[in-house]
Amino acid sequence: MPVVFLIPGPLRPFAEGRGRVTLDRSPATVGDALAALAALYPGVRDRVVTERGEVRPHVNVFVGEDNIRDAHGLATSVPDGAEIAILPAVSGG
Amino acid sequence: MPAKKLKPPPPLSPRDGDVLLLVGTMKGLFLLRSDRGRRSFRVSGPHFPGSSVYAAAFDSRGGRRRIWAAPSSMHWGAELCWSDDFGRTWSRPETPRVRFPDGSGATLKNIWQISPGRAEDADALYCGVEPSALFQSRDGGESWTLNDGLWNHPHRAKWQPGGGGLCLHTVLVDPRRPGKMVVATSTGGAYRTDDGGRSWQVKNRGVRAEFMPDPYPEFGQCVHKIAQNAARPERLFLQNHWGLYRSDDGGDSWTDVANGVPSDFGFCVGVHPRDPDTAFVLPLHSDGFRCTPDGRLRVYRTRNGGKSWQAMTRGLPQKGALETVVRDAMSVDSLEPAGVYFGTRSGRLYASRDEGQSWRLVADGLPPIVCVKTAVAANCGAKKAAAKRRIVKTHARKRVAAARAKRRRAA
Repeated sequence: MPVVFLIPGPLRPFAEGRGRVTLDRSPATVGDALAALAALYPGVRDRVVTERGEVRPHVNVFVGEDNIRDAHGLATSVPDGAEIAILPAVSGG
Repeated sequence: MPAKKLKPPPPLSPRDGDVLLLVGTMKGLFLLRSDRGRRSFRVSGPHFPGSSVYAAAFDSRGGRRRIWAAPSSMHWGAELCWSDDFGRTWSRPETPRVRFPDGSGATLKNIWQISPGRAEDADALYCGVEPSALFQSRDGGESWTLNDGLWNHPHRAKWQPGGGGLCLHTVLVDPRRPGKMVVATSTGGAYRTDDGGRSWQVKNRGVRAEFMPDPYPEFGQCVHKIAQNAARPERLFLQNHWGLYRSDDGGDSWTDVANGVPSDFGFCVGVHPRDPDTAFVLPLHSDGFRCTPDGRLRVYRTRNGGKSWQAMTRGLPQKGALETVVRDAMSVDSLEPAGVYFGTRSGRLYASRDEGQSWRLVADGLPPIVCVKTAVAANCGAKKAAAKRRIVKTHARKRVAAARAKRRRAA
């Protein structure tokens, strides 16, 4: 089962307008998944993580319903067929 | 309920010689234009709604008509964007233009200053960022590199963040001497290069730091803003975190010129485009109460290099106006007489078209204003004419097609 990224509205201009991006490989971790996403859409990755490769402080990444901050960060494992949601935190605007 | 989609801002469409104001706020960028009379301004915005915009610039060198802006999203980070059509469209590359290189260990937090280089060096641009660093471009802003000379300066590790963060907020390119530039960081103070950025010398002699055990340290000053006179670039005015100074030697030494101001605390400073003895400041009560003294909104102007300052109040509220004007929220245009502009944290934008003598409120109800830049519009005509030619051609094609269709129907 492929892994799917859910892209929030503000980042869709950097993903050809798509709200869902399906990866053609099965990443082991969220970090691997973001690397695969970056190969397709680097503009999305660069707005989710900093130059140091850390998830930006006001961005949340969920694997299924689990926030990776409460798991193992970018080392959080990605089950086969998982949905990875990128969501802006409640701050901002 | 889903958010209502925001309408794009109305087009600005300036003509050559119009006055532009680029007003950065905590919730987006506003563009204003007026004719040279500067009696009324048309407003376009917000551009980048929801993002703070601490830096903006207009670059008309090399035939350009490029507006630069640095929107910073709390979620997605800061980036450097440009528009070549006065805000109708913005160029936002996939990978943000300004990024700290691998190995620097730093992450871009905000962009505080965008400065076009010398007129003769039309593809040079600079930007000051947070954490304090200088980036430079040699190709008109397509690509940017970190200035290693400043980044590797031994003082950098000891610079401390001020209230706004550890930011490099001032970049002053000497218009006459290639390779000479003054920057300022809060805290850290003023630094100057005379060799195009390879080496930097600290330039804080005479500037005090009341929050340090030694009030006159070599570095560590909280310089809020420095302004440079274009006609006499070695003449600088400096608004400090307590202290108002002038330098006549490009920062080698500073003289206290807080003569007759109600407070020498403040953030912004502006200088006249031609007269090196004329400058403008907007004093605030204190670092503990960063509002205009006595609830009176007063710009102070000197005509004699800081020997004395006079309050400019005509048209400004003199009762109950506890306003705050931050470091980049004042600007002076290049016209005769010079126009002076400033914006408040309460979202009010004021303009003077007579060198501060009288003032008018030109926009109200904006988000908190953090940046005001002014420029005279240029190079508007060439592309407009091209666009007009395209419209004329389109109309001509339509007329030909209609005539053909009419002929076919008649046949």
